Amino acid sequence: MTASTVLDPNTRPNLPPEKPRTLDRVREKLSSKTATIAALLIAILWTLPTLGLLVSSFRTPDAVATSGWWTAFTDGGLTLDNYEAIFDPTRVYVNIGEGLLNSLAITIPGAILPLGLALLAAYAFAWIPFRGRNWIFIGIFALQIVPIQMVMVPLLRLFSSGEIFGTVVVRPLGGDSGFASIWLAHTILALPLTIFLLHNFIASLPNDLFEAARIDGAGHGQIFLRIVLPLAMPAIASIAIFQFLWVWNDLLIALVFSSSDQNPITVMLTNMVGTQGQNTFLLSAAAFISIIIPLLVFLGLQRYFVRGLLAGATKG
Amino acid sequence: MPELFDWIATLPVLLQGVVIIAVFVAVVGLIVLAVEYLPRPGRGGTIFRISLAVLVPVIILALLHTYDIAIAAGALVGLGLFLLDRRARRGAGSLLQLWAFLAPAGALLILGLVIPFIRTVLFAFQDDSGTEFVGFENFAWIFSNPDNLITVGNTLIWVLVAPAASTILGLIYAVFIDNSRGEKIYKLLVFLPMAISFVGASIIWRLVYQARPADEAQVGLMNAVLGMVGLGPVDPLSSAPANTFAMIVVFVWIQVGFAMVVLSAAIKGVPAEQHEAAALDGASAFRRFTQVTIPWIRPTLIVVLSTASIASLKVFDIVIAMTNGRNSSGVLAQQMYERFTLGENGRAAAFALLLCILVIPLIVINVRNLRRSREGQ
Repeated sequence: MTASTVLDPNTRPNLPPEKPRTLDRVREKLSSKTATIAALLIAILWTLPTLGLLVSSFRTPDAVATSGWWTAFTDGGLTLDNYEAIFDPTRVYVNIGEGLLNSLAITIPGAILPLGLALLAAYAFAWIPFRGRNWIFIGIFALQIVPIQMVMVPLLRLFSSGEIFGTVVVRPLGGDSGFASIWLAHTILALPLTIFLLHNFIASLPNDLFEAARIDGAGHGQIFLRIVLPLAMPAIASIAIFQFLWVWNDLLIALVFSSSDQNPITVMLTNMVGTQGQNTFLLSAAAFISIIIPLLVFLGLQRYFVRGLLAGATKG
Repeated sequence: MPELFDWIATLPVLLQGVVIIAVFVAVVGLIVLAVEYLPRPGRGGTIFRISLAVLVPVIILALLHTYDIAIAAGALVGLGLFLLDRRARRGAGSLLQLWAFLAPAGALLILGLVIPFIRTVLFAFQDDSGTEFVGFENFAWIFSNPDNLITVGNTLIWVLVAPAASTILGLIYAVFIDNSRGEKIYKLLVFLPMAISFVGASIIWRLVYQARPADEAQVGLMNAVLGMVGLGPVDPLSSAPANTFAMIVVFVWIQVGFAMVVLSAAIKGVPAEQHEAAALDGASAFRRFTQVTIPWIRPTLIVVLSTASIASLKVFDIVIAMTNGRNSSGVLAQQMYERFTLGENGRAAAFALLLCILVIPLIVINVRNLRRSREGQ
């Protein structure tokens, strides 16, 4: 065995201070200085592009075209006009305000609907024993590999005509069914991972709790509402934040499933790159508007986000 | 259902989301309530079952304004509850409970993922209308067309460079800031781009990459810095393969935060005794890192690498927003979408299947790694 088993953490301060060790310490301090400088450089490098966007979004068209954003700190040339312009559809051909509302209307149900359904399913997989349970669960886990591209076209047909393999199985969504297809698409595609993560969490709750509740006469419904739901709240919160950011930032599902009236802000931004690619002052203002809500959600709920990230990363 | 969605679509935009959530919560609540009280034996349970048999059709009628569905649902609920009532007297009912918990998610997964998946696999071997089988023609087209070979090549560059770059950078950064003063702020600054969409990030980096003719002042950060050291203006998005690497930079900019946070947590999990033991044996900081830290965090490294690999295989938004596939910068996911918009369903499906096949080994690695680390505990 190595020294680690002999070494008790409490005896550590009593180690004899040897000469080579102090030399080591000096060297380590120096190397930690270079590490700090390197870390500082990376941090600055990572922040500058976003800062550039923020500053550019407040600069006049002239200033943006003739000088770099860093000159704004000395030369001025700042204006609020860009933000006025992007909310005026006659000036930028898209309605950013509408895009923001659409994004909210897509994202909030898009985060909550899959969570609710996944909670029910995860509870069944964790605490209702039935034949073939493990195999079905592995099957759902395996569905994670399915990229959106693999289901996009048939799903679109299912929504618009209700048919699978040429047979009508469900009633199609009407011509103007609003956000229905995009909500459904986000819900379906989020289910496998959400069920998997919630199952991991719910299955790890102590069995004693369930035993005691059953002895008190509680059925699955009561156990679900009174024990599982409150205890799973931390997991629910972190998955909800994840899903919120994912749906808000999604482009592909929105491009495929939303009609032009329901376009979220990511689609509008992509269109603006095509029509306003030269007008960087407008583009940067619109981009900044689009990232401000996820940034606020992220900053406010960072703790839950990191927790969810670690659970997701170490568990699958 | 379509009627419900049609009605919701007539509401103000923000209210639409609120209403669908309210309806959803009510339905889930009803399911849970039913699961709790349906199987209960005795008079209370019977009353609940009867009232539910009346309430469900009424609610459906109120929501959907259709008699046919309400009548069908009423009959179905009535029959189910009648059977349940008989079962409840004998103290059973768990099968129906199981169905109530699993059916909503299960139905959506089968209708929305499993069947469409099979349909797309068939599409890949059919013509664009999805009626005639054409064998491997779509794949032959992918691997014979020079433009498509560039697309496949670009995707390979993505998956080889982007995950390694973001993981190594994330690891180095995590080690550098470990236990330093202001570690939290350091983490936040690099982590923040994770909240930004790929589209937003693409616009941010288009600003950085802007290039002006050599005799004008450079307005993009990259060319301004290049100009200071006397290098001419370059437009990285205008030519291959530079454009692919320029877009990989955007991906790395977002992904490093993920790698850093996860690896940082793993590094903090390395037992302090092991480090001390190695230090007592005279190992330098670098040796301790390679011989103690790296083996300890190996499973986490694999997770981070494979997650980034899957993400870089599927990369779509960055390419759409930065080059739209121009100048030989296309990738599989973006080409698949382009074929889809052109109505070429067979070729689009072939691209999708290719993407799916490339992702599978990564998932297998992930699952095996997961199982091994669980057994190790």
